[in-house]
Amino acid sequence: MSLPSLILRDLRRAWIGGGALLPVAFFLLVAILFPFAVGPDSALLARVGGGVLWAAALLAVLIPIERLVAPDRDAGVIDQLLVRGESAATIAFAKLVAHWLAFAPPILVAALPAAALLDLPKDVLIRTEIALVIGTPGLAALAVATAALTASLRGAGAIAGLLLLPLAIPLLIFGAGSLDGGTGALKLLGAVSLLLVAGTPFVAGAAIRAGLD
Amino acid sequence: MSLLRFAGVTCVRGGRELFAGLSFALEPGNAILVTGPNGAGKSSLIRVAAGLLRAAAGNVAATAPRALLTEQTALDPELPLARALDFWVPRGAIGVALDTLGLTELATVPVRLLSTGQRRRAAMARVVASGAPLWLLDEPANGLDSDSLARLEAAINGHRAAGGAVLVASHTPVALPGARIIELGA
Repeated sequence: MSLPSLILRDLRRAWIGGGALLPVAFFLLVAILFPFAVGPDSALLARVGGGVLWAAALLAVLIPIERLVAPDRDAGVIDQLLVRGESAATIAFAKLVAHWLAFAPPILVAALPAAALLDLPKDVLIRTEIALVIGTPGLAALAVATAALTASLRGAGAIAGLLLLPLAIPLLIFGAGSLDGGTGALKLLGAVSLLLVAGTPFVAGAAIRAGLD
Repeated sequence: MSLLRFAGVTCVRGGRELFAGLSFALEPGNAILVTGPNGAGKSSLIRVAAGLLRAAAGNVAATAPRALLTEQTALDPELPLARALDFWVPRGAIGVALDTLGLTELATVPVRLLSTGQRRRAAMARVVASGAPLWLLDEPANGLDSDSLARLEAAINGHRAAGGAVLVASHTPVALPGARIIELGA
């Protein structure tokens, strides 16, 4: 069992049943609804639009959270992988990479029409895209860790949200903070994202192991 | 050189002791049949042997790769059977395993359309194709008709003749010539 084959399987399973399209649809829907809520004031929309895209990305990453770990646990796939000598951390890392590949590139593309809807200036859009590229691996890592922690609970979606959203605050602060220009916030965003990506395989792996009992 | 050795193993689940001080060794060619009523700890014993559950006391040593058959099929339901097995056994060993368990004609059928007994045999095909010397089988005869049961027994006998060992937990009779029987919850 190689890492690429684990990632490919998770990716394939994310795509079937629209699992990867739902977050994008959700992301776009938030961008469509927001101007209705605050009114068609283009100066105001341009000022807050970048932050709206960040909040939308944060909510979109939550959508597939129940499908990340729990189905494999229930189907016995994780048992079989562990018996074959695969470490729980490797399984979690594969899920992290697959989740990022399934949700981040579509969101980066969807940010273009979303920016048009919010009438974002070009430079803000470019900065938002850069921050999303740096920040989304951290978001994917948080999602996998939360999914592993809540995999043994029934109807864990709401609890997963309550667990994930507060932990994502640093990503949100530095991600939205980088929109004013300057590279300080981007560097901090990168640091937080890197920390989450490096820590998640071990946290999620331990959670997967503990969930076997 | 034993493939699997239990030394004074105690298993506790949910605060309840299922078995205590269990010791045995599984040599190449050996078979052990674990029997007992529902809830006696048969599946837990298999999971302890697979390294998925920690023993509350005692020592479990496995010196060979293991192949596990559990209640769950662990095959992606949307894929045709042969492709679902491909993920687990990439070396082209699937054809023989499918043939051994009489599944060749079902190779292109999606896993979700298979019956209970067919899924069981599909999961067993993964064990056969794994090439692991040590087979850990939890209720392998569940849902099998008499013809499939004969195929299962033939597969196990062939594996033992080739120097493999099996640990079988079953509440229904499985013919394992010369197998040691461990009765739990007696």
